[in-house]
Amino acid sequence: MQIFPCPFCGPRNETEFHFAGELGKARPTTTEAVSAKEWASYLYAQRNEKGAVHEVWMHLPCSELFVMERDSVTMDVLGARSLREGAE
Amino acid sequence: MTRYSAFSVFREGLRGQTGWSKAWRTPTPRAAYDVVIIGGGGHGLATAYYLARTHGVTNVAVIEKGGLGGGNTGRNTTVIRSNYFYPESAALYDLSVKLYETLSRELNYNVMFSQRGMLATCHSEPEMEMAARQVNAMRLNGVDAELLTRDQVRKRAPLLNFGPDMRFPIHGGVSQPRAGTGRHDAVAWGYARAADARGVDIIQNCEVLDLLTEGGRCIGVRTSKGDIRAGVVGAAVAGHSSVIADMAGVDLPITSYALQAFVSEPLKPVLDTVVLCPPFGTYLSQSDKGGLVIGGGLDRVPSYGQRGNLPVQETVLAGLVEMMPALASVKLLRHWAGIVDVTPDSSPILGPSGLDGLYLNCGWGTGGFKAIPAGGYLFAHLLATGAHHEISRPFDRARFETGHLIDEGAASGIAH
Ligand SMILES: Cc1cc2nc3c(=O)[nH]c(=O)nc-3n(C[C@H](O)[C@H](O)[C@H](O)COP(=O)(O)OP(=O)(O)OC[C@H]3O[C@@H](n4cnc5c(N)ncnc54)[C@H](O)[C@@H]3O)c2cc1C
Ligand SMILES: [Zn+2]
Repeated sequence: MQIFPCPFCGPRNETEFHFAGELGKARPTTTEAVSAKEWASYLYAQRNEKGAVHEVWMHLPCSELFVMERDSVTMDVLGARSLREGAE
Repeated sequence: MTRYSAFSVFREGLRGQTGWSKAWRTPTPRAAYDVVIIGGGGHGLATAYYLARTHGVTNVAVIEKGGLGGGNTGRNTTVIRSNYFYPESAALYDLSVKLYETLSRELNYNVMFSQRGMLATCHSEPEMEMAARQVNAMRLNGVDAELLTRDQVRKRAPLLNFGPDMRFPIHGGVSQPRAGTGRHDAVAWGYARAADARGVDIIQNCEVLDLLTEGGRCIGVRTSKGDIRAGVVGAAVAGHSSVIADMAGVDLPITSYALQAFVSEPLKPVLDTVVLCPPFGTYLSQSDKGGLVIGGGLDRVPSYGQRGNLPVQETVLAGLVEMMPALASVKLLRHWAGIVDVTPDSSPILGPSGLDGLYLNCGWGTGGFKAIPAGGYLFAHLLATGAHHEISRPFDRARFETGHLIDEGAASGIAH
């Protein structure tokens, strides 16, 4: 089993974690007209990078969302931080 | 090229096997082709074959970074079936099953398509109702399907757990008699040999590093063996589709995951059909060599790491032991993974990429082995004519903008 880090609980078994999505996807502002292309991109497009990735994960036991940096080829964990850190 | 036949096997037996020729050439890439196909898996090779056979386009190269079929085509559990829900999917996958039915003869290569049927079990009365709906939909779409009672399931696969302590007792099942298994390597090699015989250049150990563009159009590929220009480029690279899309500057609704499989030590015949138990997510068949070929669900972590891991192994094998307790002491020989390209609606993407001159055949996810003949046939049509065949049109990437998703993940509920 691989160990993933929860910024709140520390190192835990990978089966306790849930992949939520790629980091940095913002919902289009619906106060302006949003084209079908923009909606499709928001709903479906994935960067799906090979190599370093930044993703949002949930640690299920504490239910906290956080940012994990991984290498999608070697599966090494490169870092983890709470969603608040680094958010503008 | 030597034709394969009972006679040639006999003759070569007498001649000490000296008369066989290479199944395909090892050409050096030319400077330009009419069509360049990226990816020498089943889909890329079948595309090259149908370009030559159906459209007379033979100035074609298939560029493969490793060896033929070393991607998912050589890593899958070889289940071939067309038990989908929507008419669009039925048209696509049943075309594929039909092409598989005559493929060995057509290619003069034994792809060992064995129509041993596939059985998916149901474990409650509500599941039986959904199964009846599935069977009716399949029949309306012209695909063979049967609803089985518990006794019929037991007769078909007596190894299944019918004991009183089964966690989810079996109530019945759905069967597709024309489904079955094939020999994965043979599908890649058979298409490669037949395409090569028609003049297609198959270039192995050659990686596409970038796309060549001119005036907003893709005009070729930059490879580890130099630049190759092309009238049109087709990519059939499965789990690496997003990497090619990134080169093209287009985005894709694809996430790459590892999908794992297992094979056991060889056993005497114990199972003569493919069995899937949806509540466990585990499915298996027995190969002609006697090994049990076992598969399960996707990994939970997006990945390009082409190897297995323990959490999925535990889930799949726990399911197997619950399904067929008699197999609990069987030993595994191998365990591996392939990187599959998963779309939001579990349906493939066929069509223009968004960059002029570049077309995509991808998004087959966990179930594109069964689709190799149809995927190749339809992709060849796209590359030769620049337009969709009516069967591939619904699978254009435009569906993600128009909202016409073909959500097989939800409808047929079977991942593979
Ligand atoms: C464990 C497992 C079980 C499966 N079980 C089934 C099943 O039972 N039934 C079923 O129908 N499907 C199954 N599948 C899915 C099926 O294997 C795939 O959908 C199918 O093989 C895809 O074929 P392909 O030709 O598109 O891809 P691949 O066979 O993966 O071929 C793509 C090729 O592109 C090459 N490539 C990638 N990038 C580049 C580059 N930059 N330059 C040059 N070449 C490149 C790769 O090396 C590779 O050989 C399974 C998959 C896995 C992993
Ligand atoms: Zn936690």
